[in-house]
Amino acid sequence: MNFVTPEIAWAPLLPIMIVLGAAAVGVLVESFVKSPHLRRVTQLWLSGAALIVAGVAIVAQWMALDGSAGTEVMATKITVDGQSLVWQLMLVIFGFLSVLLFASRTSAGEESFTALGSVPPGSVEEKLARRAGLKVTEVFPLALFAVGGMMLFTCITDLIFLFVALELFSLPLYILVALARRRRLLSQEAALKYFLLGAFSSAFYLFGAALIYGATTQTDMASIGIAVNVIGDKDGILLTGAVMVLVGLMFKIGAAPFHSWVPDVYQGSPTPVTAFMGAATKAAATAALVRVMYLAFAPLEWELSWMFWAVAIVSMAVGTVLALVQTDIKRMLAYSAVAHAGFILVAFAGLEQQAISALPFYLLTYGLATIGAFAIITQVRERSAEGGAGAEAVRLGQWAGLAKRSPALATAMALFLLSFAGIPLTAGFIGKFEVFSAAVAGGGWPLVLIAVIASAVAAFFYVRLIVLMFFTDIPEGAEDTVVVEQEPLSRTVIYVTAAATLILGIVPAGVLTVMEDAAVFLVSGS
Amino acid sequence: MQSLIWLAIAIPLASAAILLLAGRRADAWGHWVGVIASSAAFLIGAGALMEMISEGGAHPGTTLTLWEFIPGSELSVDVGLLVDPLSITFVMLITFVGTLIHIYSVAYMEHDPARRRFFAYLNLFIAAMLLLVLADSYLLLFFGWEGVGLASYLLIGFWNQKNEYATAANKAFVVNRIGDIGLIIAMGMMFAAFGALDFTTVFAEAPEASTATLTAIGLALLLAACGKSAQFPLQSWLGDAMAGPTPVSALIHAATMVTAGVYLIVRSAPIFNGAPNAQLVVAVVGAITLLLGAFIGMAKDDIKKALAASTMSQIGYMMLAAGLGPIGYAFAIFHLVTHGFFKAGMFLGAGSVMHAMNDQVNMRRFGALRGVMVITWVTFGLGWLAILGIPPFSGYWSKDKIIEAAFVGDGWQPWVLGGAALVGAGLTAFYMSRLFFMTFHGKARWTDDAHPHESSLLMTIPMMILAVGSAFLGLFLATGDRFAHFLEPVTGHAEHHDPVIAIPVIIGLTLALVLVGTVIAWMKYGRADVPEEAPAGSLVTIAARNDFFQDSVNRAVFQRPGQHLTRTLVYGDAAIVDGAVNKQARGWARLGESSRKLQTGQVRSYALTMLVGVVLIALVIVLGGM
Repeated sequence: MNFVTPEIAWAPLLPIMIVLGAAAVGVLVESFVKSPHLRRVTQLWLSGAALIVAGVAIVAQWMALDGSAGTEVMATKITVDGQSLVWQLMLVIFGFLSVLLFASRTSAGEESFTALGSVPPGSVEEKLARRAGLKVTEVFPLALFAVGGMMLFTCITDLIFLFVALELFSLPLYILVALARRRRLLSQEAALKYFLLGAFSSAFYLFGAALIYGATTQTDMASIGIAVNVIGDKDGILLTGAVMVLVGLMFKIGAAPFHSWVPDVYQGSPTPVTAFMGAATKAAATAALVRVMYLAFAPLEWELSWMFWAVAIVSMAVGTVLALVQTDIKRMLAYSAVAHAGFILVAFAGLEQQAISALPFYLLTYGLATIGAFAIITQVRERSAEGGAGAEAVRLGQWAGLAKRSPALATAMALFLLSFAGIPLTAGFIGKFEVFSAAVAGGGWPLVLIAVIASAVAAFFYVRLIVLMFFTDIPEGAEDTVVVEQEPLSRTVIYVTAAATLILGIVPAGVLTVMEDAAVFLVSGS
Repeated sequence: MQSLIWLAIAIPLASAAILLLAGRRADAWGHWVGVIASSAAFLIGAGALMEMISEGGAHPGTTLTLWEFIPGSELSVDVGLLVDPLSITFVMLITFVGTLIHIYSVAYMEHDPARRRFFAYLNLFIAAMLLLVLADSYLLLFFGWEGVGLASYLLIGFWNQKNEYATAANKAFVVNRIGDIGLIIAMGMMFAAFGALDFTTVFAEAPEASTATLTAIGLALLLAACGKSAQFPLQSWLGDAMAGPTPVSALIHAATMVTAGVYLIVRSAPIFNGAPNAQLVVAVVGAITLLLGAFIGMAKDDIKKALAASTMSQIGYMMLAAGLGPIGYAFAIFHLVTHGFFKAGMFLGAGSVMHAMNDQVNMRRFGALRGVMVITWVTFGLGWLAILGIPPFSGYWSKDKIIEAAFVGDGWQPWVLGGAALVGAGLTAFYMSRLFFMTFHGKARWTDDAHPHESSLLMTIPMMILAVGSAFLGLFLATGDRFAHFLEPVTGHAEHHDPVIAIPVIIGLTLALVLVGTVIAWMKYGRADVPEEAPAGSLVTIAARNDFFQDSVNRAVFQRPGQHLTRTLVYGDAAIVDGAVNKQARGWARLGESSRKLQTGQVRSYALTMLVGVVLIALVIVLGGM
């Protein structure tokens, strides 16, 4: 058996290499910089700079595209085209905003992460570590690994390679989820659940890829597409394989009935990690789903449309109905994320060309609002016994009268909620409009009708929180129970995402045009 | 500069945002930021006007597309501005008078702790009003329309610690909503009939539409105009709106915002030109309001409410002119501009008087202020001469043209409309002279604690500038029909028609009536003593004092039945709809609660859910696919 060294065009991978390289350097920093404080600063600057440079490199590549579809980095395996560049830039932006959140500290000098991840929660060692001022600064390289893996995820055109990238970004996330400073048991439980269910879904994915290989003798997406055209759409093994591959990806998007991990993990994770996951994982998984559907499974569109319809409807229904009864704000947003997974899947009705430009825009608007909303959650704290900022105030009741405590935060939160709800003049409206019109163009109007109704119902619990913040008085005797933090890094994230949400809602044309230009795949292998 | 006109909106808007967000830090200098923002808008507008004039000829207007809202979809909505003679006229009026009033307010609001917020709202108003007049589509105009409504609401209720002021703000808000429904309906009908909301498309296709469609759209637009411009039967809010600080009354409730209805009608000329019946309704509404306002003005003892009634009446003149079609459009706008100057000037004068008299507004406790407030007396006097229509002051040139135009036509219309305009001129002379004499002449009837004094220069200089405008602007714009020619590209060329009575006769009659009105006022309120308490008065006076019981009518005709209706509905709603909804909501909640149980927290059940999902989907698809 001959192994031929594959030819790899390295240059287009530069942004990914920068991010992963910086992550590796970050690991070295962990070993060689002793002072926790200095380590934190070094890691923050290192990861921030790496993400900015990667972003610049992506923009430079975009400029250099100049009409060409892109470059095939490794034949049939990795392709960097306009579509993947748009997703990569989005992931880098989300990563950068999240890194700022990772580094933010409360007025009491606490990060969101535990002092020492390896000791049991509540143990003496934990107390000692906390007193010694230890910090888990590994979160920065972990986040960079995750971002790098996600970026790679968006340019892969081979099912087996896709699996490698999937695990590359999932494993750091499992660890990050476990590192909450407070409520650590919950956090560790969430991490374990996420890991087990993630492994379960990976198994589905791999099994599916194997079945497809069995049916088509191919693993790269374009060749699968060609083979499917030859085999036809009546092959049971092929269809089962396709369903299982899609299940693996829909799990990452958080669509029902593969959503069970979402509420527990969103609630248990340190909030900056939730923000990062909520925005970036969904975007990366959607990017891969687009590529798989359009390259490999387009000929199966009719058969698979049932799956998309069913999962979209179930997601919207489950997400909306269960969000109504939540009393924890993180869980509420988690169910709202499930509903949004349904909205994302709506765009796949009919596999219209329009959807390829609508989805990145939708995920961009959704991701910005998600990061902003969770950043706000990090700022609303219970008052600790010492009088400073304690744990996050996540009970909905604690948000009553927030507008009186901090008009700016309440206004920003209202903006994000309105964007989630898809109210005009926010980015969310344009995103929903684009996604729904793609679905209508593809003949999916009944699905859009259901989606519109679901949006209307969902608006109820978003608006309920707005009413709570603005028109409800702070409960008697609760005046001192909540403190609002003024952390500059988090504030920056909040204001930037709020401004972007507003600007994309009023002047979306420029970004929409970029998305349309990027709606081209460089099809390899055909 | 025309391409930079968007800055005229953006700068005051940004300034408003800064003033509101900066908080107390900006208290020391915030008001000057407001003044600078307004001045900058004026300079940009002036630059655009100069450019337009230097381009010469009939200027058709420039459309400036700022951005496409959602490109490439059926709902093509472009955000664009239209710079043409009509809009630039408004820009100049709004920013010039606006800037003067900003300067005046620096002194007027000096002792108010919330002065910064006041200037933020004023800037917000300027931005919204400019958006209203510069918009190139009804949709964008609507944004401005709502924006000015919001600013007006915030400013009427600026001193909302007083309950009745807050009520006045609510009243203005609610009545305006009724008008807004008209605008929304009009937009809906336009979208159905023409498939677009931008002026270019709508006006291009309007001539092909049926008369019935155009009449319906026209009447809906009239409803909107009536709400915003306080025309019959939606006039009841304007008097109460005087609760706002006086500079607000001058800027928003005299010079600019209340004239937006006239702008809407004139801007929609292509629609009204195809709907003569709608035009007639506009003219009749204008005629009714001009008389109604005049009667109310005769009976009011509150100086601001008397001026408000006069505003209502003068806008009635403009509406009347706008309802006359192409021969009236230019005059409507002409009168609007001159009125903006002399009415704003008089309001500022009234503010100056109030400042001197411990915020007292009862004219029966004024009198003989001529001696102590010379500048206010002179500037107010010039405004008074202008509104009376005495040549050569501004009002004469604009109002006289409207009266002449009202007498053009066949059948009963010229006699009724012209007659109303003519009688209105005499009534105006009476009530304005009454106001002027009661305030500045006669014997001093001051309360003991009043020590009148002239206001500071910061207040009087804007008054002087506006007085110069009241005196000469009309003459300047009327010479050689300069203004009418300037507006011609928008309003269309008007054929010359002869009125049913010869023009010199109309002029003579008008002046005679004005003179009679003034003399009667002098006899009753200048020479004779004015009682400090209002006399019982005739039935008509009592009716006029009470705004012809408009509030009571509204209460009896709309509010009471409305309340009964809403109460019935509330009951029905609670019993039937809410019952169903609550039951359903409870159902949803129960569903939520029970499905919550699926979220057991146990990984094995989560995995089972996934497995069941996969198996179901795979079965359906594979079996279905076979």
